[in-house]
Amino acid sequence: MSKDEVILLDFWVSPFALRAKIALAEKGVEFEARQEDLLGEKSELLLKSNPIYKKVPVLVHNGKAVNESTIIVSYIEDTWPTPSLLPPCAYGRATARFWADYVDKKLFDGGSKIWRSKGEEVEVAKKEFIEILKVLEGALGEKEYFGGDSFGFVDILAIPITAWFYAYEQYGNFKVEDESPKISAWIKKCLERESVASGYPEPTKVYEFVGLLRKVIGLE
Amino acid sequence: MEKQEVKLLGSSISPFVRRIEWALKLKGIEYEYSEENLQNKSDLFLESNPVYKKVPVLIHGGKPICESLVILEYIDEIWPQNRLLPEDPYEKAIVRFWANYAEDKLMQGIRNVLMSEGEEQAKGVKQVTAALHIIDAEMKSITKFFGGETIGYLDIVLGLTVLWLEVVDEVSSESKMFDLQSFPSYSKWMEAVKDLPLIKDNLPAKDILYREEQITLTVVPSIDNTKVE
Repeated sequence: MSKDEVILLDFWVSPFALRAKIALAEKGVEFEARQEDLLGEKSELLLKSNPIYKKVPVLVHNGKAVNESTIIVSYIEDTWPTPSLLPPCAYGRATARFWADYVDKKLFDGGSKIWRSKGEEVEVAKKEFIEILKVLEGALGEKEYFGGDSFGFVDILAIPITAWFYAYEQYGNFKVEDESPKISAWIKKCLERESVASGYPEPTKVYEFVGLLRKVIGLE
Repeated sequence: MEKQEVKLLGSSISPFVRRIEWALKLKGIEYEYSEENLQNKSDLFLESNPVYKKVPVLIHGGKPICESLVILEYIDEIWPQNRLLPEDPYEKAIVRFWANYAEDKLMQGIRNVLMSEGEEQAKGVKQVTAALHIIDAEMKSITKFFGGETIGYLDIVLGLTVLWLEVVDEVSSESKMFDLQSFPSYSKWMEAVKDLPLIKDNLPAKDILYREEQITLTVVPSIDNTKVE
């Protein structure tokens, strides 16, 4: 049987690429991560595989490209079904997809607003972000993971973004631990997993990267 | 097996509710439709969708499911007849990609056009036109519908553009904002979709949609950039 060729177009700080890496690691799938220089020149493979968005991650599986991180994680789940990242029942899956969609719509953009704002807007952005964390706390409830007893789909989509929390905290002048202890505990739990820890960027380095982005948009 | 009750919380002014109706009717599922008053939301509604407080909400056996794309996938899993999504993981990923793209660039883009004026609107029109070109190119290879001979997930998701582009036509003064002749594959698909009794008989009347859209837009000025359902 010929071996699967799995390539992931990656960028070290991208939380979206990290989603795919975690999912592949959880499934025990061997893959080659190729670093793209997103601030420089994009590779031919990237431009060919993702002509619409020209973004990472891109999963190239036996020559076929899959784009958009949430879709990639779903594809990984569909293609390598064990261990399962989604609950067995349709309602559980719908609930997971709902929260996945919420994370996609709110978490990263909500955090970005904090460091992209200036003056009074920063405080507004911070308050909105804390609200988002509170909603997620509600979704987590008393469970260890969003997936329940086992680390799953929603956890995989959300945990990479937490590498950016330190940057949000610095620019927003708050601490996630104080505002949302449950989320803080969930982050620590997820970081115990090898699949998460191995690709998780240093939050201080992410903070430096955000400083760079702020310069690019003229905030520094 | 005991049949579980299917209830759809909707609003006549919400285009997104129509997607769910199309899917339910396509699969021959009996359901009870409940018209929600979005200015005065019922307790059931608020309990069923506390996060967004929006329609559509599907309640199956007492359990609520929210967000139209999530609902569509749920419906497809529970009632597999007349499958909406392909079974092959790669094909499924492609369909999901285009659904996302349509929601992001086309749906949101058209709404932005409706909600803005002057320079902002002109910018919006450019963005939607660019998106239509890309989608038109993708559609060259399909024979009738994305789902083949019958409509599938992507037809249902994109089907709303049919509605909204008509509303845009009503709104624009002299010249048409989007010259659909420049998108031949998209236009052909649009005609095929509009012709289906399933779709034709389940569209809100254009003038209701336009009037109510305008009312909705003024009543909810601070829509965050999630869709108003």
